[in-house]
Amino acid sequence: MSYTKRPDGRKFDETREIEAKVGIIKRADGSAMFRIGKTIALAAVYGPKELYPAFMQKSTTGILRCYYDMMSFSVTERKRPGPTRRSNEISMVTRDALLPVLDLSKFQNTVVDIFINVIQADAGTRCAGICAAAMALADAGIPMKDLVSSVSVGKVGDKIVVDLDKTEEDYEEGATDLPLAFMPGTGKVTLLQLDGNMSKDEIKKALEMGKKACEGIYKVQKEALKARYKK
Amino acid sequence: MSEILVKDKEIVVPGEILAKGMDFLPAGGAIREGENIVACRLGLISVDNRLVKVIPLTGRYIPKSGDMIVGEVAEVGLNGWRVEFGWAFQANISLKDGSNDYIERGADLTRYYTHGDLVVGKIVKIAGPKIIDLTMKGPGLRKLGPGRIIEINPQKVPRVIGKAGSMISMIKEHTGCNMIVGQNGRVWLSGTDPKKEALAVEAIRMIEEQSHISGLTDAVKKFLEKEAKK
Amino acid sequence: MNNYTKTVLESGVRFDGRKLDEFKKPIIIELGISKNAEGSAKVTWGETEVAVGIKMNVGTPYPDSPDKGVLITGAELAPMSSPDFETGPPGQQAIELARVVDRGIRESNMIDTKKLCIKEGELVWTVFLDIYILNDSGNLIDAAALAAVAALSNTVFPKLEGNQIKFGEFTKNKLPINLLPITSTAVKIGNKILVDPSLDEEKAIDARITVAVSEKGDIHAMQKGGSVGLTIDEVDQMIDLAIKKSKELRKLIK
Repeated sequence: MSYTKRPDGRKFDETREIEAKVGIIKRADGSAMFRIGKTIALAAVYGPKELYPAFMQKSTTGILRCYYDMMSFSVTERKRPGPTRRSNEISMVTRDALLPVLDLSKFQNTVVDIFINVIQADAGTRCAGICAAAMALADAGIPMKDLVSSVSVGKVGDKIVVDLDKTEEDYEEGATDLPLAFMPGTGKVTLLQLDGNMSKDEIKKALEMGKKACEGIYKVQKEALKARYKK
Repeated sequence: MSEILVKDKEIVVPGEILAKGMDFLPAGGAIREGENIVACRLGLISVDNRLVKVIPLTGRYIPKSGDMIVGEVAEVGLNGWRVEFGWAFQANISLKDGSNDYIERGADLTRYYTHGDLVVGKIVKIAGPKIIDLTMKGPGLRKLGPGRIIEINPQKVPRVIGKAGSMISMIKEHTGCNMIVGQNGRVWLSGTDPKKEALAVEAIRMIEEQSHISGLTDAVKKFLEKEAKK
Repeated sequence: MNNYTKTVLESGVRFDGRKLDEFKKPIIIELGISKNAEGSAKVTWGETEVAVGIKMNVGTPYPDSPDKGVLITGAELAPMSSPDFETGPPGQQAIELARVVDRGIRESNMIDTKKLCIKEGELVWTVFLDIYILNDSGNLIDAAALAAVAALSNTVFPKLEGNQIKFGEFTKNKLPINLLPITSTAVKIGNKILVDPSLDEEKAIDARITVAVSEKGDIHAMQKGGSVGLTIDEVDQMIDLAIKKSKELRKLIK
């Protein structure tokens, strides 16, 4: 059976409603909230600051650490507080998704920490986290040559779609999740994962759709950053 | 063909293309990426002839030689003092930079500055990412008495000081407070009347929040005059 | 700096211009911050922000209370919320926070735990209450407790099929609530007693007393913190002030 209609009536290349806000955590050097549909992620940046233990310090550059986590009540079945194998892996790919835009070379021996926390999860949490983190880094005044915009694409039934929600991820005839992140300026991919089953041609199509969706997300991120200082 | 894509004083975000072509040159907060000049900080555009730069609106203080900073003595060693001043690493005051007087090796250094003392010093040399030398020799450099420390966005320091110190003088005048604004975004404030101190803090917060509006000096003046009548 | 906080306070003026018994503004309770939680709330208190979420599940009761449901409270001083908090498992401060909030709820019998019994000795409801500090700008205990009570009083049961929860599906049945305890703290700095310390003031605190108080004025939990001893008179004054201020908080939750 063909997948003809998305549960919330969206077009196949359409993201859910997006909202972004910068400067939400007062004590942080930079912070942001990113909401896509019912998925809400917060990010806070602290640094550059001294890195302990000292032997971890790099004399040529500052380093970036990333901590992704979900609040226990963000999901339908309570998640035990504290890091898991899943959150550790996401922390790592998130860091790798953000590093290509950062220039920490002038912050030798220091560390910049990013904390991402998901308040409400409805699929696409790592992508929302990356979007929030990129804004938080800019808000923290970290030198960056670009932002990072991220969205999940994939296949539900027989259709390539943008920004799967939880219902679509759980589609009984099968769904494939392909989280992506782009540097909007250069159009380069900085996050790429896949869970499921897709042909190479389908992946190519999904990447193009994801790139286009990220252009829309980028606009929202940019506006939110400017709005923080405009008033 | 070269063209500039942004207006002076416009807010830009990292990655935004500011100018195309080789006729323009990137300065602080901007970099060249091939044909383009791209912003690498969240900030305000400043175009000066061919020079395009981004004046940061946000970010931690980065130490610079010649900066006057407000710090707190964190450690008294045998050969000097360590000062915490909001950067990732502490600054060092050597014996020869500790005072205008000659300090003998082995002297009781706590007589000059001790743990927890607030000081205003000047960065004289940055010899490496973790080697920052501070001096206490120079006009106005000294140990500070009891007072409040207010942390402000380091990028807003010039606004709090004002043109030729006009803003800070005005707050001092209206509140009777002593104030020292460090380039590191720390303000030391001390007055005779705690209520006036609180008023001075409010004025500083107002400047920080409204730093982008024009006619800020007048607005702050009005605020201080209105509060004085209460 | 700490000494200066005290010096200024001696004159009866607070750094931020508030009166000694004045709360920071605003205090806002926002309900339903996560649709996946059985109950949730966020409290914004001055610049402090705390999120609390309730998740429910079924499990076996404790042997000594076979006919009662179980409450499990946890707190994370998320490193996101302050440069002073570290990553890693909850430290002493987080555990104290969770336990003080927990005691106010537990000892006041806020939740009618007997109604959480499904089959005596075998199956009862477990209520997980998780506190996340989003931004620490002082007075975390009072803010967290307020968020916890707000979240609990707006909690609904999830759907149960046999002995299994239908995750993500909720009923309209509210968690049975007997009363609303309000947790309120008074602190002593130098010779002054005040409420709702700022961050500057927290660094200078000599002692604090937290009370959890019911609408009738009964005290169900107390906690002294800080490393300075108090006279009985001071304890009395601090409890009085905390109770007085709890009434203001109670108005926000109704």
